[in-house]
Amino acid sequence: MNKFNLMMASALAAGLVAGVAAAQEKIRIAFIDPLSGPFATTGTQGLAIYRHSVKELVNEPGALLNGQAEFEMVPFDNKISAKESLIQLQVAMDQGIRIIAQGASSGVANALTEAVAKHNRRNPDDPVIFLNHSAVDPALTNDKCQFWHFRFDANADIKMDALTDDIAANPDIKKVYVIGQDYSFGKAVAAAAQRFLKEKRPDIEIVGNELHPIGKVKDFTPYARKIVGSGADAVITGNWGGDMVGLGKAVMGAGFDKPIYTYYGATSGITAAFGEEGDGIVKLVGAGQVNPAPTPEAQEFIEAFYVNFPDLDFGQPQMANVAPMLAAAINEVGNATDIKAIAYALEGMEYDSIVTGKTVMRESDHQTIQTVTVQGQTPGAAFEYDKSGRGMVAETVVELASNDSATTCEMKRP
Amino acid sequence: MALFLVNVLDGFVTGLLLFMLCSGLTLIFSMMGVLNFAHASFYMLGAYFAYQISLVTGFWSGLLIAPLIVGIIGALIERYGLRRVHKYGHVPELIFTFGLALLIEEAVQFFWGKSQLPFSEPAALDFAAFAIAGNAFPAYKVFMIAVAMGIFLTLLYILTKTRIGMTIQAALSYPETVQNLGHNVPLVFMCVFGVGTAMAGLAGVIAGPVLGVFPGMALQLGSIVFVTIVIGGLGSLWGALVASLIIGWLQTFATAYDVTAEQILTAIGFTKPEMIWDHPLQDLWTLTLPQLGPILPYLLMIIVLVLRPQGLMGNRES
Repeated sequence: MNKFNLMMASALAAGLVAGVAAAQEKIRIAFIDPLSGPFATTGTQGLAIYRHSVKELVNEPGALLNGQAEFEMVPFDNKISAKESLIQLQVAMDQGIRIIAQGASSGVANALTEAVAKHNRRNPDDPVIFLNHSAVDPALTNDKCQFWHFRFDANADIKMDALTDDIAANPDIKKVYVIGQDYSFGKAVAAAAQRFLKEKRPDIEIVGNELHPIGKVKDFTPYARKIVGSGADAVITGNWGGDMVGLGKAVMGAGFDKPIYTYYGATSGITAAFGEEGDGIVKLVGAGQVNPAPTPEAQEFIEAFYVNFPDLDFGQPQMANVAPMLAAAINEVGNATDIKAIAYALEGMEYDSIVTGKTVMRESDHQTIQTVTVQGQTPGAAFEYDKSGRGMVAETVVELASNDSATTCEMKRP
Repeated sequence: MALFLVNVLDGFVTGLLLFMLCSGLTLIFSMMGVLNFAHASFYMLGAYFAYQISLVTGFWSGLLIAPLIVGIIGALIERYGLRRVHKYGHVPELIFTFGLALLIEEAVQFFWGKSQLPFSEPAALDFAAFAIAGNAFPAYKVFMIAVAMGIFLTLLYILTKTRIGMTIQAALSYPETVQNLGHNVPLVFMCVFGVGTAMAGLAGVIAGPVLGVFPGMALQLGSIVFVTIVIGGLGSLWGALVASLIIGWLQTFATAYDVTAEQILTAIGFTKPEMIWDHPLQDLWTLTLPQLGPILPYLLMIIVLVLRPQGLMGNRES
């Protein structure tokens, strides 16, 4: 084929695609998360879960405005920097996108929620909505809460509530060591652990409570020595990424064979890195569950995910709720342009999720209440992580977790 | 006391690992005057190659082959890259190695992806060699100590007792004279660069199972390596060893002991303000030694540069 023919063919193909697309309205969602650099796995995996849920739960069943419209994910790489995220937010808004999704890192989410609030104050007729799928700093739905921010993940306090239920039920645990990364989220985890343990099991002694520099520790062995030396019966950590792998491997390598309670101790290479050593020891608290699939629909949905994205894991189930819940809100309003009405529709929404059970977007603080599970690393799980032959299996299931938890949020509605 | 002993051993392992990286870098620097920014990238390449080889033939052949491949790549880069840039001076060389570091990082992500790779210690060494008061000391770490010590002694022997070593040392100070005596100095440079990068590769292979194999591993060690050779004295093998061990122990002990600023400040007679959470010196009062640990090597570097600019064991004045 010569150059001219090739150009003709591609022009024709482009025309065809445009023709098909014109038949349906495209509602674009800006996905702002790290897609390059050390945390790219987190972003890539999240984007895949979004794309899968958009396709399977909204676009293909024609669930958006009676099939008249479709969602389209538009990825923006923020390199996990707050500054870069604000630039990408501006780019997305300049492109006319009014629906923003972000989740990796609470630091970024704090910056975005402020920027969105400021934009909406200045442009009350052209607001932007911020869908937070995994940043779990409790402040976002407490002191820093605002009308345009919606959190779909269980926050650090809710997760800690479920996690400490599991610890409280285990009489063997008498000493706990809390360790985390030195920033807002790590501090939130430590504070919640202290509060809930004191409440549920006052006899448990917290033998260590420390924060380490985030992403800077090369070798966690000295920390592991302290943990073993303290005689702890369990470790609680909010670490993620390389800090989770480093800490987990060092602690297990130092001879610790008791439960390690984590927020993010699985997928993205972590399960494979822990391998056999982590079986039965590594626990993870999270929204929803993957193993066993909670519903037949979830079974089918997750199976299809692994077919479409064979190199990735279905890591964070709650992310699959964002698109269908947003679609329900848009359907209620009848169009995708009235962002304010959509936000009001999302507020207080009840949704039967295939992965997180009965799910409610709480009106008072825009915090999602859903099923939260404590999962344990188990060999031979149906849906494995990192192709390692092992996965996370739900052990403690809490429906509508922390439904009655207090919030300091004083929501100002437009 | 038992914990102290464990920390001494842990710090020793950390220090020796650092030494394996620094020895190559310091040799390359003293010989060619090139600060090789890509040195830690060769360390990363070693780990990735060893992982790939271990999938096929197991850990041990990876331990032998991966550093060899890294060394050959290093030598080729010197021969066909650095040497061409060399004639334009030091700045282009610096930029060349900097670009190389970025290139290697991207290449690694392209071929192996961005996730952590499941590279673990060989089954034969996957047991606790001994335990001190309940703290297991993995056999793999004993192996790390043995390899690092072996390398140090071999290098020391080659550099000080053999003909090759004498040629290298002579070429360090008087390259023209050595060339005039009939030695092939460019070949010597190429070999030193190759051996230096191969050692970085070997460090990567044995560090991989402990510190993890991921695209950020070069970046994580990149700066501390330079700090170490500056403290030890550029070009000094003994200096690199001493500085590496100091840094290894410094970091281990800093994290191991929960000394707080509050304890120190009250000990010297200050009283803690009542409302610490609103106090302007809040950060100072709540500081702990483990938090301070990561900046201690940099602090040490500044002190060394002020008091002894040539480094602990360095002998050049400029």
